[in-house]
Amino acid sequence: MNSSSAHADSNSPAQQNIVPQDERVRKEGSLKRFLGRPEFASLAGAILVFIVFGFAAGDSGMFNLDGVINWMQVAAYLGLISIGACVLMIAGEFDLSIGSMIGFAGMMVAIPTVYFHWPFWLAVMFAFAGSMALGWLNGYLVVKTRLPSFIVTLAFMFILRGLTLALSIMFANRTIVSGVGDLAAADWLGSWLFTGNLGSGLFHWMAAQGWIATAANGQPLVGGIPKVIVWWLVLALGASFVLARTRFGNWIFAVGGDANAAKNVGVPVKRVKTSLFVFTAFCACLFAVLQVADVGSAAADRGLQKEFEAIIAAVIGGALLTGGYGSVIGACFGALIFGVVQIGITYTNLNSDWFRVFLGVMLLVAVLFNNYVRRRVTEAR
Amino acid sequence: MQRLGCKGLSKVLMVAALAMGLGAMSSSYAANEKFVLISHAPDSDSWWNTIKNAIKQAGEDFNVTVDYRNPPNGDLADMSRLIEQAAARHYDGVIASIADFSVLKKAMENVTAKKIPLVTINSGTQKQSEELGAIMHVGQPEYDAGHGAGEKAKAAGIKSFLCVNHYATNPSSFERCRGFADAIGVDYKKATLDAGQDPTGIESKVSAYLRNNPGTQAVLALGPDSAAPSLRALQKMGLKGKTWFATFDLSDEIAKGIKDGSVQFAIDQQPYLEGYIPVAVLAIMTQDKITDVAAIQAKLKANPKFQARLAEYGLAPIYGPRHISSGPGYITKDNLDKVLKYAGQYR
Repeated sequence: MNSSSAHADSNSPAQQNIVPQDERVRKEGSLKRFLGRPEFASLAGAILVFIVFGFAAGDSGMFNLDGVINWMQVAAYLGLISIGACVLMIAGEFDLSIGSMIGFAGMMVAIPTVYFHWPFWLAVMFAFAGSMALGWLNGYLVVKTRLPSFIVTLAFMFILRGLTLALSIMFANRTIVSGVGDLAAADWLGSWLFTGNLGSGLFHWMAAQGWIATAANGQPLVGGIPKVIVWWLVLALGASFVLARTRFGNWIFAVGGDANAAKNVGVPVKRVKTSLFVFTAFCACLFAVLQVADVGSAAADRGLQKEFEAIIAAVIGGALLTGGYGSVIGACFGALIFGVVQIGITYTNLNSDWFRVFLGVMLLVAVLFNNYVRRRVTEAR
Repeated sequence: MQRLGCKGLSKVLMVAALAMGLGAMSSSYAANEKFVLISHAPDSDSWWNTIKNAIKQAGEDFNVTVDYRNPPNGDLADMSRLIEQAAARHYDGVIASIADFSVLKKAMENVTAKKIPLVTINSGTQKQSEELGAIMHVGQPEYDAGHGAGEKAKAAGIKSFLCVNHYATNPSSFERCRGFADAIGVDYKKATLDAGQDPTGIESKVSAYLRNNPGTQAVLALGPDSAAPSLRALQKMGLKGKTWFATFDLSDEIAKGIKDGSVQFAIDQQPYLEGYIPVAVLAIMTQDKITDVAAIQAKLKANPKFQARLAEYGLAPIYGPRHISSGPGYITKDNLDKVLKYAGQYR
């Protein structure tokens, strides 16, 4: 490097310690870099949604502790599956069977627990193994047949929903299997990972101090952070780390960007895709186990249309349908927007008949904004 | 960069303006009591339309605002979130159906823990309602509905019957048969047919039963899905109009049957009352500061607006010591025209 000698005759001390610049790299402002990140639009959207509801429902109890926990749970459930959907979309694939997988996995937990008297932890292991095997089958078929994943998983969406109904009638003679809640709470794995709240001691103490609202019997209205929110944060951080800091994360982006090019430079494309289908199934099963532990039952219609919600959240979060671009953090903000809008609309006096219209408009605006910002930032050179 | 700032900002402002409009819209209501009714029905369910109309009219009559909420896909897990949300929002009263006791128990306890009055409606039992700490349950107790129909049959001299059950997967369906059987004094197990959902299957099973038990005097169908095939079976056997026939709920075929005399009556749950009465009860509680259920009921009975609605739509609630039953009401030749006129809106 002789660039430093070019500055040798300069007298100003400030220029003495200039770091030599690589001419191939252009410096960008940090603001511009931030605006170019995929999650920027969803972050802006989330802030906007909060502003909207701050005005429309600020004094309705939506932002009290129990209100916040309520919509956070909705966002957290959706967040779990949108993380799976997002990572899979970055790899350029699609999973429409997420919602049906939720129903199916829920039954895999509930039926063995209630009807075969398995311990809850065993049923949970069984459900995870079963769902991930189905996820692997999804991935295997996509990779082997070269069919679009849209088609393969569309088939599985129907197959799994049908199996959920048929098997629950076969084993339990009903479409809603309840009585799992107490068994889950009494089980070591269930109580440790899936039921109840985190930090209930802290919340009881805060209630005793009079910092948070209590019910008439002196118990705090919110007994802690529901486990699903904790899971959501853990999964989001884990998936973000893998995407940003590991070789596997690079492979995911490479596979989604251009599968052929990735294969030519030695990325195991098939293995990456298949393992991401397995991961998506894992997310759906986690959703199901947490929900079954929370409401105490599984039902054949659980998770209906959740696959679309997950994909929408990922898209709001900046993921492209074509793959190769997206962010888990963005998807989480997408899920947050979804949860806030879905529950927030019931805090306003809008007739809930209009809920879907409002939601659709909101999503369209978010995605348009997203696209617009991305285009401005990535193409304006 | 700067252009982005401007354009982006204008877009944000546009959306924000839209949102302000929303905010303004929502705050334009008068500051009266606010209640919410949370059902378990998906958006596609038209049966709840009557209840939606009922809460609107009760809101006008008692000068309160009532929101209707439901899980769009009929998912009960979503419904429990809506109930929690109602508790967080500090409504002055909450009305909810007990679609599944174990799923909704936790969420409903959130409501009662905050001292928000709760009225349960539609599905669920009075016992479950009391366990949840609700003020009362407004619904049609299945056993009572069957029993009421059975007493009418007994008065007509009926001593044997067939109960055609098309939704045996729901355990509460058998309560209807049991009530009817107890009223006429027979064992319901021998008289109940698990007919399945398929209309052709129902028809042939009913024919087979009536051939094996030729002395059967009456048929009770548990809904339109089993009534129409049962009527067809009777017609083909030449028993239509000879066999005493009653059914739950109303459909076009049943209405025709009532007109031509082949159906004695249809048992009506009177859903309008499941919407109107809870709103009225909560309004009386909060406006007049009454907590005693008997006093609330007395006040409700004395309300001229309520009585006017009952007369207009030809409805008759059944008052119990604590709970009020919306049904059984009976649709016969005498009131059929009125029911058909308001069907799907107020009946």
